[in-house]
Amino acid sequence: MSAEGEPANSPLLAVGQLTKLFGTFAACDGINLDIRPGEIHALLGENGAGKSTLVKMLFGVLAPTSGEIIWQGQAVRINSPSTARKLGIGMVFQHFSLFEALTVAENIALSMNPGVSLSRIAKEASDLSHAYGLPLDPNAHVADLSVGERQRIEIVRALLQNPKLIILDEPTSVLTPQEADRLFETLNKLKAEGRSVLYISHRLEEVQRICDRATVLRHGKVTGACDPRKETPSSLARMMVGSDVAHVSAEGTSAKGAVKLEARHLSASARTPFAVSLKNICLKVHAGEVLAIAGVAGNGQGELFDALSGEYPVANDDVILIADKPVGTRGINARRLMGAGFVPEERHGHAAVSALSLSDNLVLARSQSDRRAFLGGGVLGLIRQDAVKMAAKRISEAMDVRKSGENPPAGSLSGGNLQKFIVGRELDRQPTVLIVNQPTWGVDAGAASRIRQALVDLAKSGSAVLVISQDLDEIFEVATEIAVISEGRLSDIYPASDLSREKIGLLMGGMYGKTGTAETAHAH
Amino acid sequence: MRIELERRPDVSKLFSILSPFIALGLTLVFGGIMFMLLGKDPLSALYSFFIEPLTEVWSLHELAIKAAPLILIAVGLSVCYRSNNWNIGAEGQFIMGAIAGSILPVVFYEWQSPLVLPLMMLLGMMGGALFAAIPAFLKAHLNTNEILTSLMLVYVAQLFLDWLVRGAWRNPGGMNFPETRTFDATAILPEMIASGRAHWGFGFAILAAILIWFMMRYTLKGFEITVLGQSERAGRFAGFSSRKMIWFSMLLSGALAGLAGIAEVSGAIQQLRPVISPGYGFTAIIVAFLGRLNPLGIVVAGLVLALTYLGGEAVQVSLQISDKPIRVFQGLLLFFVLSCDTLIHYKIRMMWFDLTDTTADGVR
Ligand SMILES: Nc1ncnc2c1ncn2[C@@H]1O[C@H](COP(=O)(O)OP(=O)(O)OP(=O)(O)O)[C@@H](O)[C@H]1O
Ligand SMILES: [Mg+2]
Repeated sequence: MSAEGEPANSPLLAVGQLTKLFGTFAACDGINLDIRPGEIHALLGENGAGKSTLVKMLFGVLAPTSGEIIWQGQAVRINSPSTARKLGIGMVFQHFSLFEALTVAENIALSMNPGVSLSRIAKEASDLSHAYGLPLDPNAHVADLSVGERQRIEIVRALLQNPKLIILDEPTSVLTPQEADRLFETLNKLKAEGRSVLYISHRLEEVQRICDRATVLRHGKVTGACDPRKETPSSLARMMVGSDVAHVSAEGTSAKGAVKLEARHLSASARTPFAVSLKNICLKVHAGEVLAIAGVAGNGQGELFDALSGEYPVANDDVILIADKPVGTRGINARRLMGAGFVPEERHGHAAVSALSLSDNLVLARSQSDRRAFLGGGVLGLIRQDAVKMAAKRISEAMDVRKSGENPPAGSLSGGNLQKFIVGRELDRQPTVLIVNQPTWGVDAGAASRIRQALVDLAKSGSAVLVISQDLDEIFEVATEIAVISEGRLSDIYPASDLSREKIGLLMGGMYGKTGTAETAHAH
Repeated sequence: MRIELERRPDVSKLFSILSPFIALGLTLVFGGIMFMLLGKDPLSALYSFFIEPLTEVWSLHELAIKAAPLILIAVGLSVCYRSNNWNIGAEGQFIMGAIAGSILPVVFYEWQSPLVLPLMMLLGMMGGALFAAIPAFLKAHLNTNEILTSLMLVYVAQLFLDWLVRGAWRNPGGMNFPETRTFDATAILPEMIASGRAHWGFGFAILAAILIWFMMRYTLKGFEITVLGQSERAGRFAGFSSRKMIWFSMLLSGALAGLAGIAEVSGAIQQLRPVISPGYGFTAIIVAFLGRLNPLGIVVAGLVLALTYLGGEAVQVSLQISDKPIRVFQGLLLFFVLSCDTLIHYKIRMMWFDLTDTTADGVR
């Protein structure tokens, strides 16, 4: 083994002047970086800084335009993920690539060399997952698993290849705090075994907690390296963004106005075996309010969004009211025409179509609400490209969306920048009711505070805002009222000032203040 | 060993454009080899297959006649395929359109009026659309697979036509041949220009291609088709209904296939026979993909595929071989088009059995 002869602190991986051009746009521009054996190395940077692009080059998903990659002292060309795996590099992408209908073991087998029996893979995966504190049932179907468990499959899949370096791209943005703690324990175990971890995250507290060194990217260039333990979250944020991150200010919040959005005993049965049914949900959002719905992912948030948005209308008209008008059976565009705006959780393939340009993605959400501005030609329904492009430009500027061209496909934007566009798309029309599911996942600290501020400002200007979020920090920053969703039921609504994290934690467990006896969870 | 397709990091723009031409080139090479194996001189065979039909005015007219149904059908199919509805049964819709349009000249043959032709065309479109409504209904309401249902209905249509021309609609003065009576002059689609046989079907095809191209490019309907084809969920977010899109795309492509059917019968054959199509409905699938599902590309692709029909007939006469080479050529062309497109996006990797090879060496 070549590694043994080398001095202990010679880098495992060194990157020299690595550059990636998309057309003339440099997503990564002469990056130098080294990763030592046995360290957890953080890669920080605002949205669009080039983090994902860099690690995709290290894993052979993107080809570098120029520069070199040195692995254990030898220059290598990594032209495919299987080459990277052979070298000893494993990667966990932010967006999972799992087949829902297959079992855990079958999914793992797909990425392994052929010829290994499924039972052996199942056994190895199960042993390994227990050894690293990531328990997994190899015979479970992926569709039945939570996001955290799915991520474990990806991690175990990477670990089975016995990698020396593991790359994690924003792994915790989809995890609950408990799941994240588990993950950190695993990472520390890996580190103790002498493996290295390259860790991308926008959550600076956790970077401080687990990382040994950090490299900061900005506009595709390395702008600094530091020991995160010697910094504070705000000094780290300053290094990333180049200026201080503004605090969300909720001051001067207006008094409650009329009820703009209401659900009365809303119930909806689950559409698929893996969905959650909504049970007797009652809520009211007044003008000037931000109601935040907290809860662990997979407790009916998506289903609640579907029902309130009208993507899946419900059977009765009068269980959902927008501005006092019953809309339960109306579709999403009818609700938009009444002044409502919607931001779903999933960016790709739900809020936006990756292959279409930003201006087309603007038409996607606003073809009816902005009919007069965006469509011409009467019944022909001609799309007025110039008007749409101008509006898209206006939104990009207002939200500071960084992109590599005038009107690029949505899929080429970095995750956080696309999110800014999708939120801006709704804010731009000043909706009287805005419903947002996970407004800032994958968004950097600066942009997250901008989005949150925009939500608060929208409420101040007299709109009703409903925010569904997993992130308690976010909830306390924006909310005037808070409720908790658990197994498809909604708790009472409390003023934000009356709630503490502990109280929310209790509510998440399903113990509602008023009923006293918590119903037993039904068995799966 | 296992063969894997691996997505390429970057897609070459140049090769995306060249791909149909490379596919054509490869088809020619392998077609030449096929002629060689048949013991014919490949160059002269290819010449009479691909070049000769283009050298005379009358055969250019034949080209337009054969291209018309291909283009009409393929343009409709492109809307289906772009919206993720896989109508494979255009052949059946073509036949049902031809039958429905022929009701006037066969059953009501005594009625002669300038209204007959337009009504025939309308009936043809309705016949094709109604026949496509069957798989549309099954998919929209029972969630069946439209590939299977639309394909199986082709055989129903073929047998129904066969039964009609041998039974109820057989020409009473036709000495028991399985044919209907020949159409009256008022029921025959006129020629487009004086120099030859090409009828207005070709005009319809070009018109349909331009209209659909316009719809896809400039209108909200076209946008809806694109979005629903890319992601049903995003379409739902936009307020588009994928169920309505099933109906729209299937009825549209059915109507265009039906129009192609009645135009072919009224313009070129002028009566119904047991077989009225040399597989136009299936060949149109190749045309749609060779034209990149773009209506203007489909016009070009339709002319190319029409040439394989003509060339096939030409070599049958000049080289004394069967009509099978046409099929082989079309198959080769589809195969190469699809594989060129695939190889632009993916590269092939051979995975040998190397179970434990995780060491650093051995990698370039
Ligand atoms: N395929 C592509 N074509 C054109 N531009 C691209 C492409 N992929 C990425 N980019 C651009 O490169 C820049 C860097 O993107 P990247 O995804 O690496 O950002 P990131 O640092 O991971 O951001 P985030 O934190 O938001 O995920 C972005 O401005 C993006 O628009
Ligand atoms: Mg990223």
